[in-house]
Amino acid sequence: MGKTVAEKIFGRAAGREVAAGELVVARVDYIMGQDGTAPLAISAFYDLGGVRPADPGRIAFVIDHSAPSPNEGVSALHKLMREFAREHGITLYDVGDGVCHQVIPESGHIGPGSLVVGADSHTCTYGALGCVATGVGSTDLAAAMITGSLWFKVPHTMRVLCRGKLPPGVYAKDLILRIIGDVGADGATYLAVEYAGEAVDDLSMDGRFTLCNMAVEMGAKTGIVPADEKTLAWLGQFTPRAFAPVRPDPDAAYAAVREYDVSTLVPQVACPHRVDNVVPVDEVAGTRIQQAVLGTCTNGRLEDLRVAAGILRGRKVHRDTRLIVAPASRRVLLAAMREGIIQDLVEAGAAVVTPGCGPCVGTHNGIPADGERVISTANRNFKGRMGNNKAEIYLASPATVAASALAGEITDPREFVR
Amino acid sequence: MRLEGRAHCFGDDVNTDYIISGKYKFKTLDMKELARHVMEDLDPEFYAKVRPGDFIVAGTNFGCGSSREQAPLAIKYAGIGAVLARSFARIFFRNAINTGLPVVECDTSGIRPGDELVVDLERGVVLNRTRNLEIPVRPLPPVMLRILADGGLAAHFQKHGNFALE
Ligand code: SF4
Repeated sequence: MGKTVAEKIFGRAAGREVAAGELVVARVDYIMGQDGTAPLAISAFYDLGGVRPADPGRIAFVIDHSAPSPNEGVSALHKLMREFAREHGITLYDVGDGVCHQVIPESGHIGPGSLVVGADSHTCTYGALGCVATGVGSTDLAAAMITGSLWFKVPHTMRVLCRGKLPPGVYAKDLILRIIGDVGADGATYLAVEYAGEAVDDLSMDGRFTLCNMAVEMGAKTGIVPADEKTLAWLGQFTPRAFAPVRPDPDAAYAAVREYDVSTLVPQVACPHRVDNVVPVDEVAGTRIQQAVLGTCTNGRLEDLRVAAGILRGRKVHRDTRLIVAPASRRVLLAAMREGIIQDLVEAGAAVVTPGCGPCVGTHNGIPADGERVISTANRNFKGRMGNNKAEIYLASPATVAASALAGEITDPREFVR
Repeated sequence: MRLEGRAHCFGDDVNTDYIISGKYKFKTLDMKELARHVMEDLDPEFYAKVRPGDFIVAGTNFGCGSSREQAPLAIKYAGIGAVLARSFARIFFRNAINTGLPVVECDTSGIRPGDELVVDLERGVVLNRTRNLEIPVRPLPPVMLRILADGGLAAHFQKHGNFALE
């Protein structure tokens, strides 16, 4: 019987042949904690009897969720992370370096075939590199730091085959929102989701990160785009290391297969308060919005900022709407500056905040008021997600967010894109 | 393990933002403080209503969303003895076991707010005393049972020095 990408990667990491459903203790190639989870992982590290991490070179902490710190409570936790990292020789990405799920792929530490754990549910993003990456809690993170390994259940895999070409004005974000709308918030629980097909091959790496980022919104353990030439070329910017792509066997056994023809897809919007509450944009077009957010680990990458700037260039954000832009990383910000994208966004009326999570999780940088509506490129629209349970959050692509910021209401971006 | 308490009922897809909002969890490691805000966005009175040993009872996909371990910890520190749900999101499920919070997968459709429940993890049943119903429990994988029986992953490591899962 052939193997899926997940079975191959877990087999390599466990040092033996494995099949879906088996429990394994596997060596982890890279370990990540952020400022919402690492402080608790540090206290768990000592509770578990940890003295030194097994391999500090395979661990990174990222300060991105509340960065720069908005109050002294957060500051104390950031300090704890910096001190622990310094003491043990752990890599620390500090304020302004960017959101963990952009910084780690850009670090060159991981690639096709890697097994990665991160104390953040969107760690599944890195699957765009053809690896297995999954979110864990702080105690699991501490156990991985101490032993260099962790126990896993080898997941079954759902295959999502995407044929055809995306029409103009329709993006990876629209595709993943449609998939989640169909599969449901728990439709892929415990599964790995392998994306394949012409439409996935055609996506840029930035688009593939968006696809994998939201796998957890259908309950999946990870999302995977098997590596190809594009993956290797992208990684080549960051590391000289040679990675071998891991491809699924033609006779691999899948728990489920779903097929999409993307050529008829239209822009999609996830409506409050559920990520799987997804409708075509015209069903909600005209809904007034007070805040628009471009950024996050889902859509704060260079291509996303470029698409938004293409729509906003030479125009002005609606006077009743704020547009907040959080580039995914320092590198993304610099590249966007060189291309003139930041100039365009700021001239259009955007407020650019520190590379990182921005207002995504309600800690700082743009908490909506009671009764306000937000349209965001993020991945979650739960009630209270952005810090106010009396606000409403709509999720959409960077193009839809940019077009909506101009009009002050939810707007189909296709009128701006040809 | 045998637990007794009253049911506090919630619906499907109770996510980790509802269990403990991001606006609180980034500020502190004081779980007693976080516990005061548990479930606040769904029921502002929840913390005040809980008596030690009570249960959270929910539908499908409990704990979906973020990997924050503050979610099971805040529930535990609020005095909740176990969470009963039709199904759980995977990171929450793992975090609950690691932090020593019993999670019980069973058909919760016949449980109403205030019902008196007895959870018997050895026998794998929930007894609804109020309605005189016995509900079978989906058994935990042996690995998780081990970690939970030791009192969570920290206690498991203290005892064995590593994963002792065989
Ligand atoms: S951008 Fe949002 S979803 Fe992504 S890691 Fe930060 S808080 Fe989490």
